[in-house]
Amino acid sequence: MTYSNWPWQYSFPPFFTIQPNLETRAKQLEAWRSLVLDYHRALKLAVLDVSEAERSELFNNAKLQRKLPSEGIIQVLESLAKNGNAEPCNKAKTRWYIYWHTLPEWADKMYNWAQETGQTNSVCTLFEIMNASDQDFYGLNEDVVIKALRILEGKQKAELILDGENSGVKFF
Amino acid sequence: MDRFDYCNFELQQGESFVKTERGVKLYDGDVKTSYQGGELVLTNYRLLWGEPGDISKCLKCLSLPLSYIVFVEEQHSETFFSKSKKLIIHLAEPEKGRGLSPLYNSNTFIKLSFKDDLDSHFLISLNEAIAARAWERIRVSPQASSSQGIKLRAGIVGIERGIQQKQKATDENISAAFEDLNKLMSMANDMVKISKAISSKIREKQGDITEDETVRFKSYLLSLGINDPVTRNSFNSENQYYQSLARQLAEIMEQPIIEVGGIMSLTDVYCRVNRARGLELLSPEDLLAACQLLDHLKLPLRLREFDSGVKVLQLQAHSDEVIVADTMETVKKNGSYSAEQLAQSLGISVVLAKERLLTTEQHGCICRDESIEGLRFYPNLFLDK
Repeated sequence: MTYSNWPWQYSFPPFFTIQPNLETRAKQLEAWRSLVLDYHRALKLAVLDVSEAERSELFNNAKLQRKLPSEGIIQVLESLAKNGNAEPCNKAKTRWYIYWHTLPEWADKMYNWAQETGQTNSVCTLFEIMNASDQDFYGLNEDVVIKALRILEGKQKAELILDGENSGVKFF
Repeated sequence: MDRFDYCNFELQQGESFVKTERGVKLYDGDVKTSYQGGELVLTNYRLLWGEPGDISKCLKCLSLPLSYIVFVEEQHSETFFSKSKKLIIHLAEPEKGRGLSPLYNSNTFIKLSFKDDLDSHFLISLNEAIAARAWERIRVSPQASSSQGIKLRAGIVGIERGIQQKQKATDENISAAFEDLNKLMSMANDMVKISKAISSKIREKQGDITEDETVRFKSYLLSLGINDPVTRNSFNSENQYYQSLARQLAEIMEQPIIEVGGIMSLTDVYCRVNRARGLELLSPEDLLAACQLLDHLKLPLRLREFDSGVKVLQLQAHSDEVIVADTMETVKKNGSYSAEQLAQSLGISVVLAKERLLTTEQHGCICRDESIEGLRFYPNLFLDK
């Protein structure tokens, strides 16, 4: 799977230098945020590893011979996290979850799907959720699914049953 | 009594005992002191006073060099109560640079009071010792002998002497060099005067030589610099000097700064000003001090310091907005610019070109691209698109 929907900024060299001018930097980070989310949505990638990302085509434009340095990547990720679109997996912040829909949005989507397909008050497995072929969350990372369902649990709309391979959820 | 010193008694070179008296009391002017009943020793250099027995044991005693004694007289006014004889010793002014004496009173005379009857020979011996001036002979002779004596080359003394001689030679060289410089300066001033005289003569007889020659000659004269540079000597206060300097600076730099686009780095200004002055060169500190007054004196130029610490002179009318708009246009036309390229295309220094770009960036009109190839600036498409 390759990504082809590059925005115009991707071929604009200053895009790969974090701009010192605050106003300019805000616009630049906005562009980076939407590119990162779009890229991850298109390739269904839920986790970003900072040291790997430095070499990935996302932050490294080989044709232009420009790449965003790791400090820049961290800045982009932190600005994503502020909007609820990213979250560090570990304390060292070397791996990040990327949420092209925020967790509450995912939760709503799953709950709606459950209601539409009549899954309420019965147990369905996480495998079923991740393989709902016509849904946004088709092929979504299991960790992300569990995180979204935990939100529903908090609202007393679902209950998680975690049991290794046979993990499931009951929607109310 | 401030001519007295404390010392441990020890005979100096060429010093010898003359006389000793016991039971002697010292008076500071007319006032009694605590130095009473002591021993007075006269040598051919000094008058010494000590507690009885101290002098012979080489302990602390008071010492007065005979060189201070101007005149000695006997006090005759014997009253009924005091049978003691007294000598009044008139003293010379203390030497300058002499360390503080333990006894500060600066009376011009002291008195010696002799409890026992005074040996009449004492006064005579004292006067003889003063007249003989034995201390002078000694002080002169060791110097004379050292300069004529055998040269010692070995040891630390030899090395020290060598260093001293070298230093002396350097000193002489330096002063000789500066003498030449002073001559050069005075000659140069004359040269400027002559050139002025010639130029005024040319003006009078303009018909005799061709226009072309006049112009050429004038250009030679002009390259001699400013006719009447402001110099520190002609002012009493620093402030006045700097103010006049600032005025002259504004006068001579305004045109060149307009020519280079309204802004010039202080380094360039410094070079140009000193080139124009030719002789009376300015120090960087003086130039800076004068520049700081430019704004205050409401002159057409002003000093400006960029965030990076680069200092420039700028036309008062010159504003950032103009620079920013201008730089943005230039960058847009070319697609992208590095500081070096901008400097080349505008004919300004790289430092200034960089400042221009940074200012424009601050205004959000361009954005930067930092890569291994260096820093380049692009039109700010982030905000424009």
